Amino acid sequence: MLQMKKLSVALALCGVAALNVHAADIKVGIALDLSGPFSALGAEARDGFELAIEKLGGKLGGQPAEFIRNDFGGNPEQANQLVARFLQRDGIHFFTGPIGSNAALAVGPALFAAKVPYLSANPGPSAYAGEKCNPYFFAQYQNDTYDEAAGKVANEKGYRNVVLIAPNYPAGKDHLNGFKRLYKGGVKDEIYTKLGQIDYAAEIAQIRAAKPDAVFFFLPGAMGINFVKQFVGGGLKDIPLIAPGFSADEDVIQAVGEPMLGVLNTAHWTHDLQNPANTEFVAAFRQKYAGRYPSVYAAMAYDTLMAMDAAVRDVGGKIEDREAVLKALKNPSFKSLRGEFQYGANNFPVQNYYLREVGKDAEGRITNKLVGTTLEKHQDAYVGACKM
Amino acid sequence: MDAIFVFEQLLNGLGYGLMLFLIAAGLTLVFGIMDTMNLAHGSLYMAGAYVAARVHEASGAFVLAVAVAVGVTVAIAAVVEFVVIRRLYRRDHLVQVLATFGIILIADDAVKAIWGVAPLLASTPAALAGPVDLFQGLPYPSYRLLLIGAGLAVALGLYLLVNKTRVGMLVRAGASNRQMAEHMGVRVGGVFAFVFALGAALAALAGALMAPISAVQIGMGEAILIPALVVIVIGGIGSVRGAFVAALLVGMVDTAGRAFLPPALRAVLPPSVAADLGPALAGIAMYVLMAAVLTLKPAGLFPARG
Repeated sequence: MLQMKKLSVALALCGVAALNVHAADIKVGIALDLSGPFSALGAEARDGFELAIEKLGGKLGGQPAEFIRNDFGGNPEQANQLVARFLQRDGIHFFTGPIGSNAALAVGPALFAAKVPYLSANPGPSAYAGEKCNPYFFAQYQNDTYDEAAGKVANEKGYRNVVLIAPNYPAGKDHLNGFKRLYKGGVKDEIYTKLGQIDYAAEIAQIRAAKPDAVFFFLPGAMGINFVKQFVGGGLKDIPLIAPGFSADEDVIQAVGEPMLGVLNTAHWTHDLQNPANTEFVAAFRQKYAGRYPSVYAAMAYDTLMAMDAAVRDVGGKIEDREAVLKALKNPSFKSLRGEFQYGANNFPVQNYYLREVGKDAEGRITNKLVGTTLEKHQDAYVGACKM
Repeated sequence: MDAIFVFEQLLNGLGYGLMLFLIAAGLTLVFGIMDTMNLAHGSLYMAGAYVAARVHEASGAFVLAVAVAVGVTVAIAAVVEFVVIRRLYRRDHLVQVLATFGIILIADDAVKAIWGVAPLLASTPAALAGPVDLFQGLPYPSYRLLLIGAGLAVALGLYLLVNKTRVGMLVRAGASNRQMAEHMGVRVGGVFAFVFALGAALAALAGALMAPISAVQIGMGEAILIPALVVIVIGGIGSVRGAFVAALLVGMVDTAGRAFLPPALRAVLPPSVAADLGPALAGIAMYVLMAAVLTLKPAGLFPARG
């Protein structure tokens, strides 16, 4: 009798153990920016990931999956430590998460060496698009493509004299160069401001004196909020503002309010893009998060997990066959929220970019509205440097 | 570059300087009189901005929002003073910096827990949303004129309070020689609590007034703390008059650096060099000013302790 009992306990334990092993079949490491410089955007991404996990029922491709979510505070050094833990202790099969290009560049080498696919939910640094491209890195867009689209918008609107403004750091210069790549008119002035600047009165007076047709600004986060508020308060609202989508997404719009109305901005996705997957996503997101519209960050976080789901299904759950997984990721079979797209030779998408304008929806809520397609099947400028 | 442009930039410098003064005045009082380094001053600024933004959004009354923001922030400051700061008066500066830095971290997370991480909407009162024509060809934001007026009013009020009232006399006595003041029978504890509350009120006022033209978000207090520290170091720690003069100096130098330096450099240097050098020099102009002042007057322009 005692023997029987022991045996059944042992069996039960085995069962539990087997279940555990099985339950942790596919592991996804998600590094979140819940604190630090990108925390507002990190919270958006987290909401997108959580909606996707809910929708997938906690599985990937029908297989039980574990989604390990950790904050790394927007700090590249901490991101490295977190990735080391993901790789050594957790043995992850996929990685995603960071908002900043600096963190993306920091964690790449370790992931690529361990042959873990890194599906970026947000940044697409130029290094990974060009010289340092890697078969294990997949991007949502290349950072400068938003600016290229904005330059095209300026051409189409017939602007001949534009003032450009960005913070004085490498990304600021990259974004202004991106704008100039397709823009054909003249640049009246190029203003570089202090990183984290609060007061823009001096720059606004310069813009007033320059009398440009339009102003292109790349000022992420608080800087953009300060700038737009002061720009409109200074009586310059008749000068059109153009921005890459990062400087005019839901986080900025909700903080600036009325002065944002009329700001033109470009992105590869918008919440009123008409396709069934997107309509379903936006409705589910607004239901779960009190009527709030999703931003690009939330949408791409959601899309990223859907891409993993499709890849696992396509390889029939054989997640250890890295070559097959990469092949499946490169030829995505899921319905992306942005609609049709393909990966270029550097694993950066060839896709459409849209013009959005900040306006009011039917309920009077201030948000981005789709105006039209600016660039069709557009590829980034760095692909030529990628040898893969 | 015409006269109107130069005048407008001077006005911008004045506005930015007065805004820095609102924050620096509280900081210099607390540091100068209580000999306490309160890094959490920026958190009080943030509290003022958040409360004002929420009350303004809910009630639509801007004056009420500013008043509530000041009241709530002073109440918070009173609790912080009683629980933490009071224990730090006699400790060395490193302990004070560590403890008040801890308060910053707690304050940032508390704001995150209450209002979330996304920056908050803080709109300009409707009556002051647009520009007014100061004269032909110079539309100026009416809200910035209000800021300039408020800054000057606070400066005048502080001047009268510190120089013409009994409380002010005690404050000055405490600032110039605390031990002597204590021996002469000044109840230093009460004066300290008053000064801390006054500093908090000024920080909250600055936060509430700045909210409509800046981003109301976590970390806004730390961003403003750095120029405020530069101001009190230039002005002489503990001196309200010094803070006023230094704030205007920093405001003017910073604005002039951003407005006039890049075009001036472009006139004399090759474009690529000027494009790199201009913004970099403008960014450090205020620190160069600080270094120059400290070289000539190591205790600042108006040292409170003779």
